[in-house]
Amino acid sequence: MGVELFTDIASQYNYLGVVILMMIGLYAMIAKNNLVKKIIGMNIFQTAIILFYVSTGAKRGATIPIIQHGHNGHGHEVIHAAEYINPLPHVLMLTAIVVSVATLGVALALAIKVYHQYGTLEEDEIRGRLRE
Amino acid sequence: MRVIGLLIVIAFGSLLRYGVFFFPEWGDPASPASLHVSPHYIEEATAETAVPNLVTAVLADYRGYDTMFETTVIFAAGLACFMLLRVLQRQVPECRLYRHIPTGITLRIEKGGKLPTESGSFERIDANWVPHDLIIKTTARFITPFLQIFALYVIAHGHHSPGGGFQGGVILGAAIIMFAISYDLRRSIQRIGEQATAVLGSAGVLIYAGTGVLCMVLGADFLNYSALAGLMGVDPVMARSHSMLIVEIGVGVAVSAVMVWIYYNLSSAGRHDEGL
Amino acid sequence: MQNLSPHFPALIIIVPLIAALLISAAGWLNRRFCFPLAALGLFTSLLVSVGLLSSVLVKDVILYRLGGWPAPWGILYRIDRLNGLVLVVIFFVAFLNLIANKRTVEESFPEQLGGFYALYVLFVTGLSGMVVTGDAFNLYVLLEISSLTGYALIGIGHERAPLAGLNYLFVGTIGASLYLLGIGFLYLMTGSLNMTDIGSLLPGLYNNPVVVLAFLLCMTGLFIKMALFPLHAWLPNAYSFSPAASIGVIAPLTTKVMIYVMIRITFDVFTPEFSFKMMHLGQVMVWLSVAAIIMGSLFALAQTRLKRMLTYVIIAEVGYMVGGFWLGNRMAVTGAVLHILNDAVMTLCIFLAAGAVIYQICGDDFEDFKGLFRKMPISMAAFTVAALSLIGVPPTCGFFSKWYLISGGIAAGHYGFVVALLFSSLVNAVLFFRIIEIGYFEPFPEGGHGEHHSPPAMEIREAPAGMLVCLLLAAVSLIVLGLYTGDIVTRIIDLAIPPAI
Repeated sequence: MGVELFTDIASQYNYLGVVILMMIGLYAMIAKNNLVKKIIGMNIFQTAIILFYVSTGAKRGATIPIIQHGHNGHGHEVIHAAEYINPLPHVLMLTAIVVSVATLGVALALAIKVYHQYGTLEEDEIRGRLRE
Repeated sequence: MRVIGLLIVIAFGSLLRYGVFFFPEWGDPASPASLHVSPHYIEEATAETAVPNLVTAVLADYRGYDTMFETTVIFAAGLACFMLLRVLQRQVPECRLYRHIPTGITLRIEKGGKLPTESGSFERIDANWVPHDLIIKTTARFITPFLQIFALYVIAHGHHSPGGGFQGGVILGAAIIMFAISYDLRRSIQRIGEQATAVLGSAGVLIYAGTGVLCMVLGADFLNYSALAGLMGVDPVMARSHSMLIVEIGVGVAVSAVMVWIYYNLSSAGRHDEGL
Repeated sequence: MQNLSPHFPALIIIVPLIAALLISAAGWLNRRFCFPLAALGLFTSLLVSVGLLSSVLVKDVILYRLGGWPAPWGILYRIDRLNGLVLVVIFFVAFLNLIANKRTVEESFPEQLGGFYALYVLFVTGLSGMVVTGDAFNLYVLLEISSLTGYALIGIGHERAPLAGLNYLFVGTIGASLYLLGIGFLYLMTGSLNMTDIGSLLPGLYNNPVVVLAFLLCMTGLFIKMALFPLHAWLPNAYSFSPAASIGVIAPLTTKVMIYVMIRITFDVFTPEFSFKMMHLGQVMVWLSVAAIIMGSLFALAQTRLKRMLTYVIIAEVGYMVGGFWLGNRMAVTGAVLHILNDAVMTLCIFLAAGAVIYQICGDDFEDFKGLFRKMPISMAAFTVAALSLIGVPPTCGFFSKWYLISGGIAAGHYGFVVALLFSSLVNAVLFFRIIEIGYFEPFPEGGHGEHHSPPAMEIREAPAGMLVCLLLAAVSLIVLGLYTGDIVTRIIDLAIPPAI
């Protein structure tokens, strides 16, 4: 039973790492007081999801998804799908990375506005100021 | 809050851990993700689009519509930062700081005082005082053209090596931001103003959408590049490759412009007078 | 120029997108073009969406391949009756709100007109793209477009808007990321991203816990974004502090489009057999909706400011639609879909009326409403029509969708839901008659309102013409929709719901 548990973790360590990262990010977003720490937690959360997708595209013994033949044009060799890693998750995650950067930009802009309005970035202080 | 957060995280994490147990084996070439749609991309993409880099082929052609909206996302973020932060009335600052370069003395001139002209001996510095650093300024000036050429290379060579519009656009934007950081924001805005970045941002996405509309006008579906074969004078497969370059250029222009625009707005909190 | 109608599915998204880009450029070059471009773009899309709906009524399903690639290798647009209806609603609401708020926008953001209108049109583009797409990942990208522009449109408001916007951003990003993770799980198990393709590949995998987990993740992400109890906490703050021009398009549309996405995913990706029978989620969801309805109504009673009260009414309305859908029988699902249509127009009308009143009296406390029926008769009349529709009085459309929902509840034997619906109608009656009573029976305090900083008595007139026309159009359409309910149900909604229900 102990050996099974170990082989499970050993064969799926990437997915488990992703889950742990995701939970760290989620915890930061919920429990931290400082707004910038929450924003960093959001970034960690999204990065974990990106890592998850990218790791689904891996194939044992395969190379990067760029076909290495020259441009002889008519010397087409047969391309085996198992020789190249899956390009689709990489494409999707290019989009997700851009979305995460865009969200980060808008979040920082809002945080700057909050700072100008309340003079602080700590959430408990802001709540105290709102109650007055 | 911490206790609730910890409980949520432990519950959610355990649920995900349980699910991970049933995933297909990592790296298995026979997993469903590798057997259904992607073999077509790997085996046929170069024949259908004449682009060896499969990621670029899928990004700019097969799923080109997604990429157009991705560029729109980054443009919307630039627009959002502008709308949220920009303060358009010019505010006269309380005091200005000037540095006398030959001696290193900092002058502080209150409102209403006579300002020295910016010349070889006086330069205006930001309220966050930093020492005059010749090494950083010279190195930045030296590196910037190489950075920009590398960025253009990454955009143009995206068909054959890892790269493409987004990567090259970010490097190009970073080159300009490096200039803004090593000198100061005002000098960068003098060279590439906010209006230029905003209009270039829209222009980049318009290049992408415009290519699609051109395909539609010529009778094919939106973003079906083979319709442009007649215009370009090549066969449909090469037309796809060339059109992918055009849209990647559009993406590069948009991304670099928006990166600089967001930097201008964030670093000066919308006032565009003093940056980082 | 050949016939453009085969390209309508693409045009409906491209026209607003290009309009938004041109508006942004025009904001820097010549500001006078911003509003006409926005109006033109949205109006063209409205016409195209009506054209699409009429062709779908004939052809059942319209498919459009983007880039010319067949699914599942390319992105596919799939339009059937459900989408077509929601598309028309989106552009109708967006266009009316744009015209009504022209003056408000020019007064609040005089130098940033280009930015505001571009964000507005991009928001509508994102929503309509979500509705029309047949690809799960494309939906995520468009979800993020509409979310980012929504955060900005809310964050430029007054008082606590930046803080509320930032909280909305955090919660909304968690929701969208959970949806993305769910799609990732589905991709891992099936290898495809096209909705119908996944739907055809899943039946062999229903027992796999990963698929169950994917369903739960997608649904939770969507519930966060549609503000279903108990994940609704972001909505009252975010909507109360946003500027008047934005709230008229965000409030009616965001939650309804998310409910549409939930319906689409439950029907097409996870077939009804899985969602309803295997998951046993129906009971839980209906009780959650009951809680949402009751809680929303009770909180609305406790408010003293109009806009905040309306946000709690929205939370209760979400409960109607989600509960109706998860009851699972034909009547209830028909009611839920009909309510998407009706609630969008009702919310538009009531927010336009509230906006007109708040614009004139510069405040939204209930005390400020005294004697308004004499000073602003047309606006208050439209407000009354919208209130009657929210309460559920025939012949306004609100009555008919409530009737379908109640019949569905009785047919399913879920009397808790029926009681919640009736309770909510009662509470809505109390809420709105309270305001109408203050407006109609209380005499107008001559010489100003004392400590409230509103203009003196002589200056309160009817709202500007642009606002009034749109307000009246919205109010009239409430009644027209009510009268045509039979047609709408038999020709559109009945055929939009799969026969398995």
